[in-house]
Amino acid sequence: MARAQSPRRRMLTTIAAWSVALIIFFPVLWMILTSFKTESSAVASPPVLLAADWTLQNYVDVWARSDYPRFFWNSVVIAVGSTLVGLAIAIPAAWAMAFVPGKRTKDLLMWMLSTKMMPAVAVMIPLYLLFQQMGLIDTKTGLVVALMLMNLPIIVWMLYTYFKEIPGEILEAARMDGAGLWNEIVHVLTPMALPGIASTMLLNIILAWNEAFWTIVLTTTKAAPLSAFIASFSAPQGLFYAKLSAASAMAILPILILGWFSQKQLVRGLTFGAVK
Amino acid sequence: MATQSSRVASRLMVAPSVILLFIWMAVPLALTLYYSFRFYRLLSPERSGWVGLTNYRWFLNSPDFWLALFNTLALVLGVLIITVVLGILIALLIDQPVRGQGVLRILVIAPFFVMPPVAASIWENLFMHPQNGLFAAIARGFGAQPILFLEQYPLASIIGIVSWQWLPFATLILLTAMQSLSSEQLEAAEMDGASALNRFRYIIMPHLTRAITVVILIQTIFLLGIFGEIYTTTQGGPGSASTTLPYMIFKQAIAAKDIGRAAAGGIIAVILANIVAYFLMRGIGRHLDT
Amino acid sequence: MGKIQLTKVRKSFGEVDVIPGIDLTIEDGEFVVFVGPSGCGKSTLLRLIAGLEDTTSGVIDIDGKDATNLPPAKRGLAMVFQSYALYPHMTVRKNIQFPLKMARMDTAEQDRRVERAAKVLNLSGYLDRRPGQLSGGQRQRVAIGRAIVREPAAFLFDEPLSNLDAALRVGMRQEISELHQSLKTTMVYVTHDQVEAMTMADKIVVLNAGRIEQVGSPLALYHTPRNQFVAGFIGSPRMNFIEGPEAAQHNAHTIGIRPEHITVGDGPWEGVVGLSEHLGSDSFIKVEVPGLGTLNVRGPGELGVHHGDRVKLSPAGKIHRFDAAGLAL
Repeated sequence: MARAQSPRRRMLTTIAAWSVALIIFFPVLWMILTSFKTESSAVASPPVLLAADWTLQNYVDVWARSDYPRFFWNSVVIAVGSTLVGLAIAIPAAWAMAFVPGKRTKDLLMWMLSTKMMPAVAVMIPLYLLFQQMGLIDTKTGLVVALMLMNLPIIVWMLYTYFKEIPGEILEAARMDGAGLWNEIVHVLTPMALPGIASTMLLNIILAWNEAFWTIVLTTTKAAPLSAFIASFSAPQGLFYAKLSAASAMAILPILILGWFSQKQLVRGLTFGAVK
Repeated sequence: MATQSSRVASRLMVAPSVILLFIWMAVPLALTLYYSFRFYRLLSPERSGWVGLTNYRWFLNSPDFWLALFNTLALVLGVLIITVVLGILIALLIDQPVRGQGVLRILVIAPFFVMPPVAASIWENLFMHPQNGLFAAIARGFGAQPILFLEQYPLASIIGIVSWQWLPFATLILLTAMQSLSSEQLEAAEMDGASALNRFRYIIMPHLTRAITVVILIQTIFLLGIFGEIYTTTQGGPGSASTTLPYMIFKQAIAAKDIGRAAAGGIIAVILANIVAYFLMRGIGRHLDT
Repeated sequence: MGKIQLTKVRKSFGEVDVIPGIDLTIEDGEFVVFVGPSGCGKSTLLRLIAGLEDTTSGVIDIDGKDATNLPPAKRGLAMVFQSYALYPHMTVRKNIQFPLKMARMDTAEQDRRVERAAKVLNLSGYLDRRPGQLSGGQRQRVAIGRAIVREPAAFLFDEPLSNLDAALRVGMRQEISELHQSLKTTMVYVTHDQVEAMTMADKIVVLNAGRIEQVGSPLALYHTPRNQFVAGFIGSPRMNFIEGPEAAQHNAHTIGIRPEHITVGDGPWEGVVGLSEHLGSDSFIKVEVPGLGTLNVRGPGELGVHHGDRVKLSPAGKIHRFDAAGLAL
């Protein structure tokens, strides 16, 4: 709608839009505000928006606990690790499917996507037993493998759509210029695909960080990332709402920031390119 | 462009992904199928034995199973309806020339990036808690009794939490689709005398059909497997009131340690997913062809 | 140095025989143009020579050596693509340098060659720009520069001028011809534009549905086309084909006469003018002649006929005769 609207109409729309946005965002806002309160202010009745005795102590306390930094680090390692391994496997596959398509390429892609649609509970038991036998339960390695495989279809698919946007003629020119496969990938494909690879990486880190099934099922204490840690706090008796809020705030902050940059990638990645 | 040498290379490059995904999916699925026909309890001294359809019969005879099935479908349907309807409305609102659209988008999108346990924790503790929650405080302010959300309306509460989480996804997809609609089409419609309501009905909605289809398909896939929120808040309770099929299977495996039964449940979940997918594709899959 | 020989080269995609079988010799230093309608296989043939596609059967010799199974890099050829295919993330200098880098040439020699090519193509001032900052014609030159530095046995051009506007096309066409004159390297050029073919080629190969219709110099094709297809393809506007009693008079199933070989004034063919286009330099009119059909006629710029006028036409040049199968008699 490019036409000018009456100032009154604009004002009403603006108020409406902002109201809706603030309502939606309010829970996050409330949690962040609570994280700066003392525990007694946090459960004060009637509730206060901004406590006069606001403090950073909650963050200090949570971080000083010997396990929180470990959980945070676990989340980082698992999210980044599964993404990097996934990329390493997916980039060649997506290259091959985008530039040397065979008769079965489309079917192969569909099959890969269908593995993502499989309910996790259907494969949970054998995988749990297998991980147990291999000693991978409650290890970061185990989770990196599990999450990498869970997201591999999305990574391959996203890279495939980005690679397809690279003009094939440029790669042929590289071939004519004497570049072997390795040189072609290193000097021409990767620089041109870098934005696409970065986008895929971003989305995948977000998905892996937020994952709340395998991270809970396959861990107990040592390798538990933040998702498992927060999930284990079921209805604390109001004694440490503020600290819980601080812990939660730190858990979601990296992803909120990354998410800000990755809206377009989200649309492309999770709709499998169906919506542009 | 394909030549002999590049074809061989390409097969080698796709192989690792295919092999790994096959091992990840096909092999475990086959094993689950195998376990589902056996007596296999981790705590029982006798570990194995063929029992045919006993495990399946247990599910079909268990009232908890049918409740779980209902809960699963109710969860999916409830979230779908809320997110799609509200998503369209919010997308329409944000698509207007409003000040600070960039910040608006960030605010609206934020819930999707909050990990499920944190989202559940926020709602459970900060809002729905009967003593310390904000809703309770508001109720008390009106002199009313606080509602015991997670005790009295566990499934509805979970639907609410999950809807809050997935509303941004639907909104973002629909907003993206809306913004791809050329303003010229709308201007032409206006020249043709269509009111705002008619423009929405005849131009915007048909254009959105594809995006809505995609939202429904993708969300269904993910919603059928919702776990983190339930684990964090109700653990499926009280009783089995908020237990979905995946959660029930999880309880069978981890709590009851009955591998055979859990496996049968897993296979039932796969069948359910396929049935849902079939009806979805039949019902709305045609909207995907461009 | 740059002699290319194709023997019984065949290319099929699955069941479809895109090129049933071609024998062709391209001599060293020749400017050969592959021309034909869309889908005739000219680009496919070029890509077979380049090595970007495998032959289904047949032999491709380059300089006497069998190159049929060699990858593109080892054939000693350079290609200019229709979309130029420049590397968007590299500067012009790096674009032109790339093939030399792949060949692991000594860096001093690399720089020398790049400077030389840039001078020849008037790119010296643009070496540090990126392709995105260049105009269409400049990008063209970079693509050519990238090909030149390799000092290949032959240059391959795949419809390089299609993406340029009309005025630029004429200029670039001449530049490529001049390049050929100075380098004297074999050039194989694909186009659907017969004007480019006629003006640039030493030898034209007319292709239709994967088959060679005729090979010859431009004027040979113009004066003595082997069949109706070539006769109708070469020359613009298209040759007029007449069947029926008029053709029978010349002992042929069909006769052909070029628009520029018909004069307006007095003559045996009388008709009414339909469309008339006056370009100032020439005039093109369509005349409806009963018994013959609609004839295209080219006349001088001063021709003062218009829609609806009655005119008399007479043939004033070669009348081409064809049999029922379309072959020249």
